[in-house]
Order: sequence, then structure tokens, then C-alpha cells
Amino acid sequence: TYLGYTSGVEKRKVTCIPGDGIGPEITSSVMGVFQAAKVPIEWEIFDISGGKSISQELIASISRNKVALKGPLYTEVLKGDQSRNMEIRKALDLYAHVIPCKQFKGITTRHQNVPVDLVVIRENTQGEYSGLEQTLVPGVVQSLKIITKEASTRIARYAFEYAKNNGRKKVTAIHKANIQKMTDGLFLETCKQVALEYPEIAFDHMIIDNCCMQLVMKPEQFDVMVTPNLYGNLVTNVGAALIGGPGLAPGANIGERAAIFEMGAHHVAADIAGMDKVNPTGLLLASSMMLKHLNLDEYADKVEKAVKTVISSGKYLTSDMGGNASTKEFTRAIIEEIEKNQQ
Amino acid sequence: MFSFNSLNRFAKVANRYYSSQNNITVTLIPGDGIGPEIADSVKKIFSAAKAPISWETVNVDAKTGVSTEIIDSIRKNKVGLKGPLGTPIGTGHQSLNLALRKAFNLYANVRPCLSIPGFKTRYDDVNTVVIRENTEGEYSGIENMPVKGVAQSIKIITKEASARVANYAFQYAMANGRKKVTCVHKANIMKQSDGLFVTTCREVSTRYPSIKYEEMVVDNNCMQLVLNPGKLDVMVLPNLYGDIVSDLCAGLIGGLGLTPSGNIGENGTAIFEAVHGTAPDIAGQGKANPTALLLSGIMMLRHLGLNSHADKIEKAVLTTISEGKSITKDLGGNSGTAEYTDAVIAKLQ
Ligand SMILES: Nc1ncnc2c1ncn2[C@@H]1O[C@H](COP(=O)(O)OP(=O)(O)OP(=O)(O)O)[C@@H](O)[C@H]1O
Ligand SMILES: Nc1ncnc2c1ncn2[C@@H]1O[C@H](COP(=O)(O)OP(=O)(O)OP(=O)(O)O)[C@@H](O)[C@H]1O
Ligand SMILES: [Mg+2]
Ligand SMILES: [Mg+2]
Repeated sequence: TYLGYTSGVEKRKVTCIPGDGIGPEITSSVMGVFQAAKVPIEWEIFDISGGKSISQELIASISRNKVALKGPLYTEVLKGDQSRNMEIRKALDLYAHVIPCKQFKGITTRHQNVPVDLVVIRENTQGEYSGLEQTLVPGVVQSLKIITKEASTRIARYAFEYAKNNGRKKVTAIHKANIQKMTDGLFLETCKQVALEYPEIAFDHMIIDNCCMQLVMKPEQFDVMVTPNLYGNLVTNVGAALIGGPGLAPGANIGERAAIFEMGAHHVAADIAGMDKVNPTGLLLASSMMLKHLNLDEYADKVEKAVKTVISSGKYLTSDMGGNASTKEFTRAIIEEIEKNQQ
Repeated sequence: MFSFNSLNRFAKVANRYYSSQNNITVTLIPGDGIGPEIADSVKKIFSAAKAPISWETVNVDAKTGVSTEIIDSIRKNKVGLKGPLGTPIGTGHQSLNLALRKAFNLYANVRPCLSIPGFKTRYDDVNTVVIRENTEGEYSGIENMPVKGVAQSIKIITKEASARVANYAFQYAMANGRKKVTCVHKANIMKQSDGLFVTTCREVSTRYPSIKYEEMVVDNNCMQLVLNPGKLDVMVLPNLYGDIVSDLCAGLIGGLGLTPSGNIGENGTAIFEAVHGTAPDIAGQGKANPTALLLSGIMMLRHLGLNSHADKIEKAVLTTISEGKSITKDLGGNSGTAEYTDAVIAKLQ
């Protein structure tokens, strides 16, 4: 159950951006699984790999369909354009990034002796990702971080609504307000105010450096976490690592007008791209989130259950999960599981 | 282990002091909360190990801040060991830690993290050193609210400060037998500011061909540390990332009770400190774990070129912890500060 609209249209169209690096492999895994599960959607595919720019048609397609599935888009370091991942989020005002990190049965991790089940709600439109940078004099660069009351209120409210609608007990705001008293201070104060509207949900807050230490020492203490942009990016990657790695966590970018589903830890993984080695689990679970978002719960459950069954049976795991199956073999096993259940 | 071999120019400073008097005089700031208890433990252990150190103890008053007495003492001695300081309550005040950093231009914060052999945590393969730029970045303190409800914070990255900390990181790696320096950044998003940090590190790296150099985006770095910390060695980072990543590393090895740090300034000034806070909940009860301050003291001895004393104390500390008989509560034992201190002293023989 996510915020927003749903609709009863018969066969939904969904935009798909395979993206760069491992993107084509993980999106085609989802497509194969959807076909086997007879999910009533049609894909509108936009290939913008290799630095192609984001066309009007692409934004129009997502605006029309209101949902998209997306692989990672590569952003150059040091030079080049601003992140196209950010550009899409900004164009559609997808202000909330939701990343659930929940342990799997069947995957060995260093943290499996405690239950890890946290959800990061990351502000997606401002903060350190403002793109406002300039060289003041040669050798001196400044970068602006912007925090607004409006965006902070919106993300805080989303976090509490999410907690309420998903049976969660606690929201923790992550910040560095002891150093950045105005920007992070504004974020924290806003979260505190919004918390007052939700007396049934517990609220606390934590400084980002301590938070990272607590995450690796006592991850079981976290429930829903609400964060400004950059801290969310870091916490998400720690969260994914806690449950076994970057291939496992799903993610959703949600706004009033559209929602885009992607990997929770969002990496192009150039080192393994095209080698049939990548773990598509995060995107498969994201696609299941997408189906719930479309009110196609029956199909969502089918996909999620098959993925989890294959993982817990431990036979066809990709190498990052401790097995030696390829992406295709892992996907094949999920498809067989679905077909078996459909008979 | 907690390698902190003095870089050449620092060692020279130290030798001058060492030869002109029998003992090296060092400024000791016991600090607040548990500070006095753990400083006491360090003094006892150092004296039992016959470390040639004379302590010049100065106290910090949270109300008045850093006094001229402290500044003068550190200026004279060039080396200090410091317990935790409480930050004055009420907003707008700079923390005392920050004030000291500014006063002595302590530009590099060095935080080694090591899985202590025999002390069980989820990780037994951590041996990292975070070298954090300590003077600028997100901690510039330049913030304002141009219109109501919109706050901005300015992060400053300069070529000069980046080069200074990068050079330090490589010299540290050379002096301590380290193999690799990883520059951690977010230059895919902050292309100009973090970009300047990265290009500077890259340039500096070419002067140290014997040390491997790599670059890593900070989110990936956090993930890799949790998945596979053994892959990382020395890391050099802008201020905020250094703060976050060093706490994450501390979490891997069992918390702040075991992590020392050094703040390195220009012309050889250095202040060593435990990273943890004042622990008001247990202050004055004889329960505090002095290990972090003790390991900071060991880094200090190496900075002063007193390696054999450092080795001896370090060995005693590590065996006491790995035997697990006399360790403090925060490490899962049931000894107090005094009992732990005595156990370390007994191992010095
Ligand atoms: N789905 C996945 N399955 C298996 N491994 C993955 C997956 N996603 C990422 N990885 C691994 O995680 C590591 C980090 O990815 P990557 O190198 O893309 O991160 P990055 O440096 O942040 O770059 P970018 O932000 O451009 O994606 C790589 O070693 C990659 O192989
Ligand atoms: N050396 C130590 N030995 C034992 N316990 C410690 C030690 N240092 C910190 N702790 C414990 O860790 C927890 C955090 O304390 P710490 O003082 O570091 O943070 P804090 O409350 O933020 O204080 P400050 O405001 O001074 O930074 C407390 O429960 C404290 O008792
Ligand atoms: Mg990335
Ligand atoms: Mg810190």
C-alpha cells in the first residue's frame, strides 16, 4: 500500500527504461517473469543508454502511464551532465524515495542473528543534490545545499503516512543538525512538528554518523527512517549491505503524479554488466511493489512469493548471494516456480 | 597494529624535545564526564611502562571555552592527549573540539579501526584508516535563510586543503607500510566541489607511485565496508564523509570504546583523542572503558618516535582484551576501569 492513486484500466501500459550497465539484464528478467505470470500490462520501452538525453516523449509516456520500471542510468564523475536519474525525478516531482531493506530467508549475512527490517524514506529533490556549484576563485569551489520547509514537510508526512499504512511503529529522522544548524535544523524541526500529528507512531532522531554506526551494530532498532537526500543515499547502501548486498533491495520513487520503480541501491555495476552475473532480485521486488501500486495485488504476490521461494530453496542463487547460477538461470527458476503454481 | 609511525618531519620535532630534556612534555586535557577517569588510567599505564612522558595537565571550562593556558601549553609542547569535551548547551556555540581544531589548524583527522584479535564482533577483517579533511567542506559553518522556509548551507572545497590532506594520506601510507589509498567522494553529483577533491587526490597520487590509488563513490564505499571491509585500507575523504565513514568503521569493530584518533596540524602539532563522548550516564562510577584514549596515547607515542614503548603497551592492551577476563562492561565484561587498568599493567612485565 503506497500513497497515491490507482486506476481500474484493463490492460495497463507501463513505461520501461532499461538504462545502462546491468539495466538491460535486470529489466529483461522482470519482463520474462511478468510474461510467465501473465501480468496484464504492456511495456513502452525507452532506450536512453549511453548518455542519450531524456526526451519529451519519455516524460510524456511516464506522465500518461503514471508508472515506470527503470534500470540505473550512468552519471559521469567530474564532468558531463547532471545525473539523468535526478533529472527524471525532478521532471516528475518524485519527491519520496522508498527503499525497504528486509532480510531474506536463505541468504547468509553477518547480521542474520537479528531481524533486519527497515524502510528508508529519502527526500529526493533537493539537499546536496541541488546542482548549484561554482568556482569562486581558482582552487576554491562552493556547493550549495538547499533544504526547504515545504519539501521537508512533504517527506516527513509521507514517512508517517507510510508508517501508518504499513503497520510500522516508529519513524527516525536522520540529520546532522549539530553542525548544519539551519539546513538540517530545519529538516529536523519540521519532522518534529509533523510527528505531533501522528501520536500513534513513535518518533526519534539520530545524527547521521552515529546512525551508520548503529546500523552496523544494532540494525534491529530501526523501523522507518526519514532522511535528507545525501544521507538517504548512504543509509540505503548500508541497509542493502546489511541484508546481503546491492542486488537485493527494491526501491520506489513516488510523487503525486507518477511513480518509478527501480533498484534500492542504484548502481550501474559496469564491472559485471553483460556477463549474466547480476542479481535482479531488487528490481523484481520493486516490480512487485509496482504491481501493488497498480492494485494488481494478486500478481504482485505471485512474483514476490516465487522470488522468495527460489532464494530460500538456495539452489539457483547468483554469486553475490553465495551461489553460482547466472542471472538467466535464477530468472528461469523463478519462472518455473510461477508456472508450477499456476497449474 | 595501531600503526602510527611518525612522518619524518614530525619525528625531527620529537627528537629535539627528547634530547633536550629527559622526558617529553605533553599537554593532557582530561576533559569532562568520564574524561578524568580514563585519563587517570592512561597515566598509570604509561608510568608503569616507563614511557618517558611528562604530563602538563590543563583543564577546559565548558563555560569559558578554550583558554589561553591551553593554547599556550599546546603551542609549546606541540603534542596533546585529550579526553572528551562536552559541547556547551544552547545553540550557536561552536564545540570546543572544533575550537581546538581551528586554533591549531588541525587539518587531518586520522582514525584507524582494527578488529581486535580475540574480541568477537560480526567482523574480524577490519584494518582501515580513515583520513578525514578536518577544516572545510560541509563544516564551513556558512549557512543562512534567504527567505523564510528556505535554508542554505555552503560547502567549500579548496585545492589547497585537499592537496594537504591527500599528501598526508599518502605519507601516512608510506610511513606505516600501507598498500593503498582510496579517495572517497560523490563527484558524480557534486562534480565541481567533490570533483576538485578527486582531481587533487589524483594529482597527488602520482607523486607516490609505490602506493596503489583508487577512487570510490561514497555510497558504494559505505556498502563495501559493510559487505567486505577487508578490501579497504587507507581512505582519504572530505570532512562530512570522513565523519560518517569513520563512525561506520567503528561500528564494525564493536563501537567507540575501541577507536582512537589523531588530529594532525601544520608544523607538527598533533592532538590525540578518543572519539567517544563524555558518557554522562556512567561518569564518576569507575565503569568507563579507557581503551580508546589509551590507543590514542599509543598513536601519540609513535608520533613522538617512542615506538618500543608504544609496542609494549599496545601488546598488553590487546592481550588483555583478547583474553576477555578483565574487560569493561561495554565490551561485554564485568570489570571496572581500575581492574582493567591493573590487568593491562600486569601484562607489561
Ligand atoms: N544488482 C547487482 N547484483 C550484483 N552486484 C551488484 C548489483 N548492483 C551493484 N553491484 C555491485 O556493487 C558494486 C558497486 O556498483 P557500481 O560500481 O556501479 O557503483 P558506483 O561506483 O556507485 O557507480 P554508479 O553510481 O555509477 O552506479 C559493483 O561491484 C557492482 O558489481
Ligand atoms: N569509554 C567508554 N566506556 C564505556 N562506555 C562508554 C564510553 N564512551 C561512551 N560510552 C557509552 O556510549 C554511549 C554514548 O556516549 P557518548 O558520551 O559517546 O555520547 P553522547 O551521549 O553523545 O555524549 P557527548 O554529548 O559528550 O558526545 C553512552 O551510553 C556511554 O555510556
Ligand atoms: Mg551509485
Ligand atoms: Mg562523529
